[in-house]
Amino acid sequence: MKKLKNKNPLFLFVSKGKEPLFSKKNRQLLKDPLDDNNPITVQVLGICSALAITVQLWPAIVMTFSVIFVMACSNVIISILRDLIPNRIRIVVFLVVISSLVALVDEFLKAYAYDVSKELSIFIGLIVTNCIIMGRLEAFALGNGVWKSFLDGVGNAFGYGAILIAVAFFRELLGSGNLMGYQVIPDFIYEMGYENNGLMLLSPMALITVGIIIWIQRSRNTDLIEQR
Amino acid sequence: MWEQYANLFVKSIFIENMVFAYFLGMCSYLAISKTLKNGIGMGLAVIFVLTITVPLNYLIDTYLLADGALIWLGPQYAELNLSFLSLIMFIAVIASMVQLVEMIIEKFSPALYGSLGIFLPLIAVNCAILGGSLFMQIKNFSGVSESAVYGFGSGIGWFLAIVAIAAIREKIAYSNVPAPLRGLGITFIITGLMAFGFMSFMGIKL
Repeated sequence: MKKLKNKNPLFLFVSKGKEPLFSKKNRQLLKDPLDDNNPITVQVLGICSALAITVQLWPAIVMTFSVIFVMACSNVIISILRDLIPNRIRIVVFLVVISSLVALVDEFLKAYAYDVSKELSIFIGLIVTNCIIMGRLEAFALGNGVWKSFLDGVGNAFGYGAILIAVAFFRELLGSGNLMGYQVIPDFIYEMGYENNGLMLLSPMALITVGIIIWIQRSRNTDLIEQR
Repeated sequence: MWEQYANLFVKSIFIENMVFAYFLGMCSYLAISKTLKNGIGMGLAVIFVLTITVPLNYLIDTYLLADGALIWLGPQYAELNLSFLSLIMFIAVIASMVQLVEMIIEKFSPALYGSLGIFLPLIAVNCAILGGSLFMQIKNFSGVSESAVYGFGSGIGWFLAIVAIAAIREKIAYSNVPAPLRGLGITFIITGLMAFGFMSFMGIKL
């Protein structure tokens, strides 16, 4: 078996040898975190950064892509090293890998997107302690092959981003009438007496918006309702 | 002098509360607030670690990492700027401090260890701790004591938040919440309402 595995140049990526790259199980890994197993609303991971940067859509999108990058790379790296990492010091190893990747993203944003980087301030740095990444490394990448871990990382980061972008969409639309910084609510509506809801720009509304998203999601998907 | 410290202290507890103003440490805040006892344990551990790591990271930042900080080594080091290392350095300090604190508590106070024990490793990945250090870096404190006051104050703010939500959750377990909101959903909404309450502290100066 081992010999056969090594002959296949893709053996690193396809752990079972025969399994196609996008088998049903692998597609499940990508799809699950978007709804049934969403990192924010179901697994309760990574909320810290999700809420603070959702006043506007653009920073939320930048944040999503940073998390996708960090998560996919760290999942792959840890999954490659999973047999070499001693169990006792695994958290420190995770932190080193993640914080090097985050420092990379941070420097990149400072160089090419300074305005956004200023706006996200410490929250890019806080990706290091974003529980999603730590949680997925611990729960998934430590025990699975490289390709699967990659898919899991991308899937979970997208699930995180989906909530982030949804919250940011409503907060920016209702709070300032803009999307991505451009006005989308036409002037005649304002002339008819419509006013922006300044409350949406305040930080507590992020929590309440997520609460409402959870409400909607769970009334659609009744399996997720918590037992008493 | 004392006025300034008191101002900073109150500001870091109420006005810039870690949980309600910046949403830091939300993961453990939501996960460990099911019972009051656990909430208090986690809150104490956070106060403890924040009070130690923020001043420590302040020293590291001012004397090793910031732009031109290495000038005490000699004039030829005046132009070094190691601030790109600050993330890795801070997280390393936090992780090792947590490990150290855990060992010290285990040795000297087994009772405290019994109640804090399981929460201490969790703290290494609590965003509030790293957030405290990163805010410290942005705020440009003038001395190590100021950063210590800031760390202690933010710790107390986090403690208050988790104790409050844990008490509310213990009560709300008996009330009739709409089924899809049960558990996580209602906790989010309550936290939002509490954050509105904390916003009324805005602008207070001593």
